Amino acid sequence: MAAFLARRLLGTSTSSSATLISASRAFFSSTTPIKATLFPGDGIGPEIAESVKQVFTAADVAIEWDEHYVSTEVDPRTNSFLTWESLQSVLDNKVGLKGPMATPIGKGHRSLNLTLRKELNLYANVRPCYSLPGYKTRYDDVDLITIRENTEGEYSGLEHQVVKGVVESIKIITRKASMRVAEYAFLYAKTHGRTKVSAIHKANIMQKTDGLFLQCCDEVAEKYPEIEYEKVVIDNCCMMLVKNPALFDVLVMPNLYGDIISDLCAGLVGGLGLTPSCNIGEDGIALAEAVHGSAPDIAGKNLANPTALLLSGVMMLRHLKLNKQAEQIHSAIINTIAEGKYRTADLGGTSTTTEFTKAICDHL
Amino acid sequence: MRGLSMRLFLVSLRVFMVITKFCSERIAKYAFEYAYLNNRKKVTAVHKANIMKLADGLFLESCREVAKKYPGITYNEIIVDNCCMQLVAKPEQFDVMVTPNLYGNLVANTAAGIAGGTGVMPGGNVGADHAVFEQGASAGNVGKDKIVRENKANPVALLLSSAMMLRHLQFPSFADRLETAVKRVISEGNCRTKDLGGQSTTQQVVDAVIANLE
Repeated sequence: MAAFLARRLLGTSTSSSATLISASRAFFSSTTPIKATLFPGDGIGPEIAESVKQVFTAADVAIEWDEHYVSTEVDPRTNSFLTWESLQSVLDNKVGLKGPMATPIGKGHRSLNLTLRKELNLYANVRPCYSLPGYKTRYDDVDLITIRENTEGEYSGLEHQVVKGVVESIKIITRKASMRVAEYAFLYAKTHGRTKVSAIHKANIMQKTDGLFLQCCDEVAEKYPEIEYEKVVIDNCCMMLVKNPALFDVLVMPNLYGDIISDLCAGLVGGLGLTPSCNIGEDGIALAEAVHGSAPDIAGKNLANPTALLLSGVMMLRHLKLNKQAEQIHSAIINTIAEGKYRTADLGGTSTTTEFTKAICDHL
Repeated sequence: MRGLSMRLFLVSLRVFMVITKFCSERIAKYAFEYAYLNNRKKVTAVHKANIMKLADGLFLESCREVAKKYPGITYNEIIVDNCCMQLVAKPEQFDVMVTPNLYGNLVANTAAGIAGGTGVMPGGNVGADHAVFEQGASAGNVGKDKIVRENKANPVALLLSSAMMLRHLQFPSFADRLETAVKRVISEGNCRTKDLGGQSTTQQVVDAVIANLE
């Protein structure tokens, strides 16, 4: 626990993906607010987004929110319910926070998450998973980061029926995407004071595809001799994670394994309601998001847990190098949950969203 | 998973998943029949059909068709990433799980880890004409010379797999005796190999099981 808290305090030293932001901020005085796009989303989204705004205001974070909502009609320019203006906003502001979005069922338009990912070229999904003091699960010593390649692999969307009753699915791995995510993983490890990167694969079976992914990780690893590097087969990884998650530090994976492992790790620490996430795009774009669903059954009832969105907001602040306030808000959240007096229903408590939010503000 | 693997210039492409109705139906039938014969209450199909719409869609279709023939068994479906999360948080909600190849590998190893590791989980491979029984999950307990040299390998997984084999051969009373003996040795706790936190050697565990056979 002490080691994990020490790591939290180390914060970021340098990060090339954020130099663009720092450079542009240098032109303005420290009181000029930074513009960040906010997608409150559907269902419980608007309520938890409100929590984030309140906590950020209470912590004096100089952020000006540029709010965008999902439209009710398909925008032909984007072929989705997200308008071109929404996407342009993230491209301009270079940083954003997103709540849960439910893609309407039907054909003739792209899923919202897919639209964001493709248009903003979000190539890496980063999820820190750490045990929350005060919220007990079977695992006490989880402190790891999963970094998932988010553009290709098994989710390239290439399926076809060969003959009736036989279907094929194609997996694509490119050097470009694998190098990009591997570079990010090692850079992240270095700038956040992490000591080990594990590449997760099934190259014993998928020799060419996962083999290429590993080759790229090997190459990048050589440039960071101070960081320990290992390769772990996916089934072994699952086993090790459930038996002794402390064995892992930073994990870098192709798309499918990343999807499964990042959710597995979320399960180790308490579920998606507590898990922050940040999507990294080219040119220093970062879109932090809460990865849980929109929970339409509790929407509007002031019962939702804003922790995931708040912690994602903290990730966004760290990306913007606002480490002092990031740490302040982070500690407030941790302490509120650890204290146990104010907890939402999913954590076993009886507090409402507003009570929980107020408790965090009081802890600042 | 089988299929063609090619390397195009700096891109690797693989036909990564071939799903056929024949195989999906076959495994679904086995899963439900197993559940029925072993008094299990629920079968859960694990998939990623929201993304692999055609491939896993076909798998699910087959499972649903077979499910209709077993009205006494509850059937539900779960997406593989949610499944792994639920497994680590609340494994008791699962009973029988049926999956395509890749997910099955991951789910089996995750479940094995939660249940105590590769050293204790039994398994079997069943075909139309033959059956081969072996450890249920192989990660970490296979090919380690050091464990063999130091006599620390855990025989429980293979012993329980042989009990499965005895059941398959329709010797249920022998299977029961073996399983009861093994379980008693584990629960008594003073004879366990290193992976279960004990100090015993492989032979000591086997001797204890024999001693506990009634």
